[in-house]
Amino acid sequence: MANYSTNEFKGGLKVMLDGDPCAIVENEFVKPGKGQAFNRVKLRNLMTGRVWERTFKSGESLEGADVLELEMEYLYNDGEMWYFMLTDGSFEQYPVEKKALGDTEKWLKEQVAYTVTLWNDNVINVTPPNFIELEVTETDPGLKGDTAQGGSKPATLSSGAVVRVPLFINQGEVLKVDTRSGEYVSRA
Amino acid sequence: MTIDWRPTAEIDTLRERARLIGEVRAFFAERGVWEVETPVLGHGGSTDLHLASLSCEATTPAGRERLWLQTSPEFHMKRLLAAGSGPIFQIARSFRDGEVGRRHNLEFTMLEWYRPGLDLDGLIEETGALIRRVLPTDPGPTHRRRYRELFRETLALDPFTESLEALRRLAAEKGGLDMAEAPRDDCLDLLMSLAIEPGLGRDGLDVVVDYPASQAALARRHRDAEDGEWVASRFEVYRDGLELANGYDELTDGDEQRARFAEDNAARRAFGLPEVDVDQRLLAALAAGMPEGSGVALGLDRLIQLALGKASVAEVMAFATPSA
Repeated sequence: MANYSTNEFKGGLKVMLDGDPCAIVENEFVKPGKGQAFNRVKLRNLMTGRVWERTFKSGESLEGADVLELEMEYLYNDGEMWYFMLTDGSFEQYPVEKKALGDTEKWLKEQVAYTVTLWNDNVINVTPPNFIELEVTETDPGLKGDTAQGGSKPATLSSGAVVRVPLFINQGEVLKVDTRSGEYVSRA
Repeated sequence: MTIDWRPTAEIDTLRERARLIGEVRAFFAERGVWEVETPVLGHGGSTDLHLASLSCEATTPAGRERLWLQTSPEFHMKRLLAAGSGPIFQIARSFRDGEVGRRHNLEFTMLEWYRPGLDLDGLIEETGALIRRVLPTDPGPTHRRRYRELFRETLALDPFTESLEALRRLAAEKGGLDMAEAPRDDCLDLLMSLAIEPGLGRDGLDVVVDYPASQAALARRHRDAEDGEWVASRFEVYRDGLELANGYDELTDGDEQRARFAEDNAARRAFGLPEVDVDQRLLAALAAGMPEGSGVALGLDRLIQLALGKASVAEVMAFATPSA
């Protein structure tokens, strides 16, 4: 991979730091009156999601990280690994470990496209679409007449996620949910 | 793909900028400081270790030559002073390679002025007055802050006597980087940038004085009356954590200047940086005699940025380098 100098650090650039692939979040050039210039850099560690703040001497460089973000459909789980397939027509499949899947496990639905992050050809992260439609598999019976406001109850969705839904929602209904906040949006 | 051709600043902002620059010119006219224009390209460049000069090749009456883009108009203006100009100012485009960010642009506008016969205190006073003239509201009182005291107050260490090991450790800890090989001034610069600067000029204008002698650049050095340390006779003005101006009690000794240029180039070689052609004409002018006095360089884009409440210098420039 190419090396990138501090003045090439732009939001989104993928670089290696302390052995982990990171994405540059922010880069600020700082220079006292007549002194050595530095760059204050915020980086998101793509393995852990944590944001690091580091200072570099201006002109220092980091090795680029071989990171790709690709769209893949979820296929199935064999009890150990989860399998995704490229949507580019190549039908190429990638196994994903539980660790890389993280919280996305509860938002999995077959044939939905996810953003899969590959580092050196291994999956390190899976991001669900912002909104996803899922069926309610379990919730208390709906309350007739209460269609607008007031109260909520937990509902378990087909993917395993539990979200707060309005009281009028019934088992078997398909809901639109925001995966970023884990909140109910509407009936689908 | 559409090409973004629009200015980086809004047109209304640029009109305001023009009005503020008019104020600057009026300020100097009232004080009998006259405006000069000097070349952007010269045969000598800035040898300063921490400034990266741009240069170009050009065909001149002397043939094919290497010319340097100024990092400030200092050298040419000092030659005018030596030729008897008296007090002068310039609004000059300056160039520093690699300086890109919220507070920096590869090329920027420097307001620089020289006051033969005026001491540093007088120039600090005048710099404050200029800043107050441009800012829409009075920033409050001017506080003089000694470099040594700032480090003692903020970091509980003495920048002059603390061991290099301790400075490296603290700099590494504050910055999260390896400073094991860093020279003393780099450690101090990092601590200044990260721990001290952001808090300066929050309550009025802060004027930092008595820098370490090693950071004198083109200023004289003197022995501090209180503690006997050698310090640089220069100041920097801060407002809202932003460095606005850098003033010197100007070095007028040509031999000393020659020695500092040589030291700079030796340091450049040691750090693997390109050497810069020394401005021989400046040295000749100093040898002929430049009047004693003080001078200051002020980042005009930054002052305008503050005056107009913008978040970056790009927002007060017609076309910042990425869209130039």
